[in-house]
Amino acid sequence: MNRIRRTAPAALLLIALLGAWELYVDVKGSTFSLILPAPHQVAQALYTDRGLLWSNFLVTAEEVLLGIVVATVVGFLLAVAIHFSPTLRRAAYPLLVASQAVPVVILAPVLAFWLGFGLLPKLVVVAMVSFFSIVVTTTAGLAAVDPDLLKLMRTFDASRARTFWHIELPAALPGAFTGAKIAVAVSVIGAVFAEWNGSNSGLGYVILQALPQLKAARGMAAVVILSLFAIALFALLGLAERLALPWVYLPSGKEQTA
Amino acid sequence: MIEAPAKEPRELNGEDSVRVELVSRAFQTRRGRVDALAGMSLHAAPREVVAVVGPSGCGKTTLLELICGLQPPDSGRVQAGPAALMPQRDLLLPWLSAIDNAGLALRARGVPREQARKAAAPWLERFGLAPFVHTRPAELSGGMRQRVSFLRTLLAGKPVLALDEPFAALDAITRQEMQGWLGHVLESEPRTVILVTHDVEEAVILGDRVIVMSPRPGHAVREIEVPLARPRKRTDPAVVELREEALTALGVQA
Repeated sequence: MNRIRRTAPAALLLIALLGAWELYVDVKGSTFSLILPAPHQVAQALYTDRGLLWSNFLVTAEEVLLGIVVATVVGFLLAVAIHFSPTLRRAAYPLLVASQAVPVVILAPVLAFWLGFGLLPKLVVVAMVSFFSIVVTTTAGLAAVDPDLLKLMRTFDASRARTFWHIELPAALPGAFTGAKIAVAVSVIGAVFAEWNGSNSGLGYVILQALPQLKAARGMAAVVILSLFAIALFALLGLAERLALPWVYLPSGKEQTA
Repeated sequence: MIEAPAKEPRELNGEDSVRVELVSRAFQTRRGRVDALAGMSLHAAPREVVAVVGPSGCGKTTLLELICGLQPPDSGRVQAGPAALMPQRDLLLPWLSAIDNAGLALRARGVPREQARKAAAPWLERFGLAPFVHTRPAELSGGMRQRVSFLRTLLAGKPVLALDEPFAALDAITRQEMQGWLGHVLESEPRTVILVTHDVEEAVILGDRVIVMSPRPGHAVREIEVPLARPRKRTDPAVVELREEALTALGVQA
């Protein structure tokens, strides 16, 4: 009963939106549906093109997953380096922000020149668009450690490395997970744009091919798959966080602070 | 009898005293210079419990940080044996169980986890926390958290304990229980203790001596010996009398 009550609003909203969309396309006529296909056409495309969509999904999924792994490792290490070096923070932060303003189209030819047309350049693009949120949230988590806790560790004669290992690292993990959750959402879009340059497979490539062929329904079907993939990754990360960091979800009602 | 962990109990010697002589300490803040301490002196012999009371913001926490070597004095002299801090808030790590929190000081020195647990386990039992060994702080009561926090400081194996208002965050009943408990623990595990508190009664119940501090910039205005046998009762006329004496020194009209 509770479960129904919780999921009902989302389901109703989705049905209402799809209904409105279907009606809107119906009113606009069949020519318009070449630009914006109705939901039932998208559903049709999902079924008839399932083989094509699935094989290309596998390509995109690989790019996204590996890209996120690279982004997480690079982002986390960068956050730790920035945490330990205020100089590096001042030097690198403006560049990190600037890196997020670089459009993929500018980068793509250079990446193709350096890395060819395979998986590697796509992976770089995915990592580039998604590492930033991990750096920012992890750095914030590392910096948010209570200074009194660091003093306490000093009276325990803890070395800097042990203080990091026992205090700062675990304290930064919830932030790192938050960053990774933001990252998975943008990484999918990153993969699509990466496939728009020098590529002959992946859902981004499918979309790029479908639109000029007036197969908007197929493009939209690819978008549906990408969205579901992003949601699945997000949910999976949430689950992993609950398993890895159970203390974050403990009630803190009994906590007493002065 | 519970097996005592390595390094415990330790014999205290003359080097484990605390001597603070005419110490001054100021801070530069955004709103200008703040003189936390000016001409503060204090002495604690080995195994002595010295309670420091004073109005809020009189530099008590600064005093403890000087004793723990966390900051240097601007002038004057601080001489103290190795000291471990028990912070005002318990500051237990939310991701560690009670036993791992208690053993943090050992882990900080590089002791392996299992060994730290072995050292902490008999103490948790002694402190009445045996059923909560694997419980995380969020699920412990305030009194239990303070006991884990105190144990963590005790297991640092330092002869000097710097306790910063350890029970300030507790409700009145729990605080009284914990004061009795701490007095009991210090009987069997003597340390040189500097107990900072704003609770005059707590100071008289637990201290061998009570140092009354002035408002900021803090310095000692009064030293009161507490030559009473333990455990002390709040209602004991001698305790009440000393409490009034300390309150008068603080400038509080009884």
